[in-house]
Amino acid sequence: MTAVIEARELRKVFGRRSGWLGMGAEPGKEAVAGVSLAVHAGETVAIVGESGCGKSTTARMIMRLLTPDSGRVLWQGEDVTDHSARALRPLRRLVQMVFQDPFASLNPRMTIENSVAEGLRVHQPELNREQRRARTAEMLTQCGLDPAVMGRYPHQFSGGQRQRIGIARALIVQPKALVLDEPVSALDVSVQAQILNLLCDLQRQYQLGYLLISHDLSVVSHIADRILVMYQGKIVEQGETAEIFADPRHDYTRTLLAAKPVLHPDDREA
Amino acid sequence: MLKVQNISLSVQVDGAWVQAVRDVSFTLQQGRVLALVGESGCGKSLTAQALLRLGEHQGVRRDHGDVLLRGESIFAFDRERLRRMRGGQVAMVFQEPMTALNPVFTIESQMVDVIRNHLPLGKREARARALKLLADVELDEPEQLLGRYPGELSGGMRQRVLIAMALSADAEVLVADEPTTALDVSVQKKILALLRSLQRSRNLALLLVTHDFGVVAEMADEVAVMYAGEIVEQAEVHALFDHPAHPYTQALMACRPDRAARGEALPMIGGQVPSPGSWPKGCHFADRCPRADAACRAQAVALSEGEHRVRCIHPLEGS
Repeated sequence: MTAVIEARELRKVFGRRSGWLGMGAEPGKEAVAGVSLAVHAGETVAIVGESGCGKSTTARMIMRLLTPDSGRVLWQGEDVTDHSARALRPLRRLVQMVFQDPFASLNPRMTIENSVAEGLRVHQPELNREQRRARTAEMLTQCGLDPAVMGRYPHQFSGGQRQRIGIARALIVQPKALVLDEPVSALDVSVQAQILNLLCDLQRQYQLGYLLISHDLSVVSHIADRILVMYQGKIVEQGETAEIFADPRHDYTRTLLAAKPVLHPDDREA
Repeated sequence: MLKVQNISLSVQVDGAWVQAVRDVSFTLQQGRVLALVGESGCGKSLTAQALLRLGEHQGVRRDHGDVLLRGESIFAFDRERLRRMRGGQVAMVFQEPMTALNPVFTIESQMVDVIRNHLPLGKREARARALKLLADVELDEPEQLLGRYPGELSGGMRQRVLIAMALSADAEVLVADEPTTALDVSVQKKILALLRSLQRSRNLALLLVTHDFGVVAEMADEVAVMYAGEIVEQAEVHALFDHPAHPYTQALMACRPDRAARGEALPMIGGQVPSPGSWPKGCHFADRCPRADAACRAQAVALSEGEHRVRCIHPLEGS
């Protein structure tokens, strides 16, 4: 089966300086040092790691928001690494992104209807206004929002509602995969549960492939099928979620798991 | 040590005063950690800030109630007494170590300033004290660190510096508002361990404000759960985890993702937290509660008395 998202040996160096005639040249920092991964339909693959480990840079290269220095990015089997912005445009439908801060990712001056329907204008220009509106209403309903709120603006919604809007906006173009960058880390626990349940339902319904970027091990353990542990730009360990949690091999993975807060006061160390 | 008595606070929303904290009481004792836990907008940070009379110039009004520090009302303090109290007796650590330090001054000048603000020390003595404090918060090479700027430090190091500054005049009460929320997981646990060891060695009364039951489980001796401006349950930490009595506490603890099997739907709390100004007349949680009936909605519900307090007409069994 073709992977919906595939990355082969991605590399990215930041801050490289060539200097004048090579004088004062600096090698720069390798943010991502050879990352390969594949996400298939209906599965959730999580990249875990701490700030600066390169997980978000990897996600941005996979989204083709950032050009890798080397390596390949494939969407639904098609190599899109060297595609121009124009050539990418029709393919962007395949892989959509949901961001951590739904407020920052929505245009504050656009109504919810226009924000959510934006993708349709690009990917299904044949639809007329009424058809777009019907699709938008349908998508909002699926994401647990009352379509009556379509005319409102982002600031009129709570964090959880805004994340629902962000998900509706991503899903309206019928993607095969979503890249979820810390989708619930800005939300309260009770809202987090609602959004995680929504993501799981939608995945089942549409057989979506999820690439989840997260530092939150409890979220990852709940929804991921496989985990990639990233440290200093490299994947240092990968495997089935249950396996990694039960038997972490790499020292860094052990450190990360040990840092997980306890569930009950009886489990305190001292 | 420090007693909060029936405090109610209002904030200004579009020109009108709206109550955001209602009738909150608790006591901080030396050597004890009280966790104030709740979701955003429940009033936990406003309550915490009131312990230092922060916010009163930023549109927060005290409707009634009092905060007593060793029996004295802090609202009766004049400016000088208040200045000595802040940092001297009661200190605060904030969530965002990035914004709490001034980026254009070295660690040395900021620490020395704070120390000399409270203690009658010369520059050299204050510097020596700063070094000692940095060692206390387990920072390596304190000598070099003093010459550095906040931007050169990691988030975890900055939070350690802020804890050192908070303790620079030997405060007896420490208020920590989400002290680890902005940090990486592996750093979080280390900062919590540091706070706990300092709290023990200095016999501090610690008020820990958090939204995270993991942090509560790691740190607290006693827990107060807030919902929509009120404490809805208060108990010793084991009692709370083993026998949550308020339906909200129970639901909040149940919806943590690490409690459920993988892929299984998480228990949810339907609806949304009512915002200040639109609190229901009776129990604030009634509209989202599976156990609610007409009695819950009829009139305000009081917090019960005793060791394990709950603000509920139909509390869960076993409490």
